[in-house]
Amino acid sequence: MTTPLLSVRGVKTFYGRVMALKGVDLDVSEGEIVTLIGANGAGKSTLMMTVCGNPRAREGSIAFAGRDITHLPTHEIARLKLAQAPEGRRIFSRMTVLENLQMGATTAEPAEFERDLDRVLALFPRLKQRIGQRGGTLSGGEQQMLAIARALMARPRLLLLDEPSLGLAPMIVRQIFDAIRALNKQDGLTVFLVEQNAYHALKLAHRGYVMVNGLITLSGTGSELLERPEIKSAYLEGGRA
Amino acid sequence: MEVFLQQLINGITLGSIYGLIAIGYTMVFGIIGMVNFAHGDVFMVSAFIALIAFLILTSWLGITSIALALFIVLIVAMLFTSLVNWVIERLAYRPLRGSFRLAPLISAIGMSIFLSNFVQVAQGPRNKSTPPMVQGEFVIFTQNDYAVTLSFKQLIIWGVTAVLLACFWYLVAKTRLGRAQRACEQDQKMAALVGVDVDRTISMTFVIAAALAAVAGTMYLMYYGVVSFSDGFVPGVKAFTAAVLGGIGSLPGAVIGGLLIGLIETMWSAYFSIDYKDVAAFSVLAITLIFLPQGLFGRPDVEKV
Ligand SMILES: Nc1ncnc2c1ncn2[C@@H]1O[C@H](COP(=O)(O)OP(=O)(O)O)[C@@H](O)[C@H]1O
Ligand SMILES: [Mg+2]
Repeated sequence: MTTPLLSVRGVKTFYGRVMALKGVDLDVSEGEIVTLIGANGAGKSTLMMTVCGNPRAREGSIAFAGRDITHLPTHEIARLKLAQAPEGRRIFSRMTVLENLQMGATTAEPAEFERDLDRVLALFPRLKQRIGQRGGTLSGGEQQMLAIARALMARPRLLLLDEPSLGLAPMIVRQIFDAIRALNKQDGLTVFLVEQNAYHALKLAHRGYVMVNGLITLSGTGSELLERPEIKSAYLEGGRA
Repeated sequence: MEVFLQQLINGITLGSIYGLIAIGYTMVFGIIGMVNFAHGDVFMVSAFIALIAFLILTSWLGITSIALALFIVLIVAMLFTSLVNWVIERLAYRPLRGSFRLAPLISAIGMSIFLSNFVQVAQGPRNKSTPPMVQGEFVIFTQNDYAVTLSFKQLIIWGVTAVLLACFWYLVAKTRLGRAQRACEQDQKMAALVGVDVDRTISMTFVIAAALAAVAGTMYLMYYGVVSFSDGFVPGVKAFTAAVLGGIGSLPGAVIGGLLIGLIETMWSAYFSIDYKDVAAFSVLAITLIFLPQGLFGRPDVEKV
């Protein structure tokens, strides 16, 4: 069996003295879409950020592409082609859409910038019309597209997406999920997706994990998890919209 | 009228110097949220570096072309001052990052005292002077026996400031480093996530701030011909006032604030009392902080999230 692209082993993360991750194990293999679902405050975003080294895991280990990245500085982790569209989008609001995309390309080959730019603008044509506009003036949906596009500009081997559907209209959510599916199918992009919108996420993903209070409590393929009664009652009732 | 014009010329000259220093305050504040109290002293140190370089060039190496000497002095002052500020940041500020908010500020005050005392001990407590570097002037017109002049020194200061500001603007607006710097100003965590080395970018900010302060220091030395170890404080506070007046964090604000402070100071000297010229600048600081704390070009804090 090949080693997974990302492997998280026994990771514990603290905020001050409060333990937010209590020993997490998780794998993402090349070419997969893996989703992590769980209630608000479960520790999903903490895990995403711990993978990127901020905050840092106090115990356990994280390996990416066969390399131990547990203690690597955040910007060096990014250089290994691990890109994140983080919670809250974190657009550089006083920079233009183009400049945001240039920032996303920090770790990419400058010679390939134009080609990558065309590619992400083809994926999200809305951004093309907004290219000279400041990030802070975009709508929520456009900002989310920009956050994903910015991450794609790095040509990531692994894309981390933290709640891309949060606060967006269903039609925009569909567009974004379609884009993720297309990237995975056509380009073989590996995606690790955190979602509260469990139904859509499990439909999209090959595999899923469920996090409760800083611990993984369940895992399985997307369709398996969709059928589990405890998932149905905890995450799916009313979440189907 | 003729007095006014002359003071306008003098004020713009002085204001250029303040503006160059003010950029350093505003940039450092923008990226790490610290008022760099040592920045005025870095400016003073740069004037001494320029002085020493000028003396070495003209008396030891026998360079006779003033233009060439000035050019080399400017480059040398920029390089060495940048190095000094780079070291200061590494030793005095970086280790305190993530510590309580006032820690770097206190460290900066300490660094300010250290720099002025160090120069006092190393160079002596008295004014150091250079032979006049540039002489001559244009008489623009004469009225009522009053000649309005633009000296060559002033012209050089205007020219050098304009060129340096253009380079600086290009650096911030169009280059990779400038973008990384603005990104760190807005969201360091996100900047690191896209692969920006935040510590290195902060270092570069100190280097650029020092290079511009060194331009100001060299121009100051050329203009007045003297410098002393205590010359960091007053110009430093005035440049800081300029940065606050322009809106701290705003680069155009720093330049325009600098020009305004220079003009206020010279006009005040001409029309009221030269003895109280420093009071004018400090009053502006107090009034700005009370009535316009975000400054003229302060950014509105409400951004769509
Ligand atoms: N910066 C922080 N400082 C302190 N506690 C935090 C911080 N961020 C998150 N937490 C806490 O850690 C826990 C997990 O939060 P988070 O990872 O954001 O959950 P999720 O993304 O699953 O909603 C929560 O109890 C939250 O209050
Ligand atoms: Mg979250």
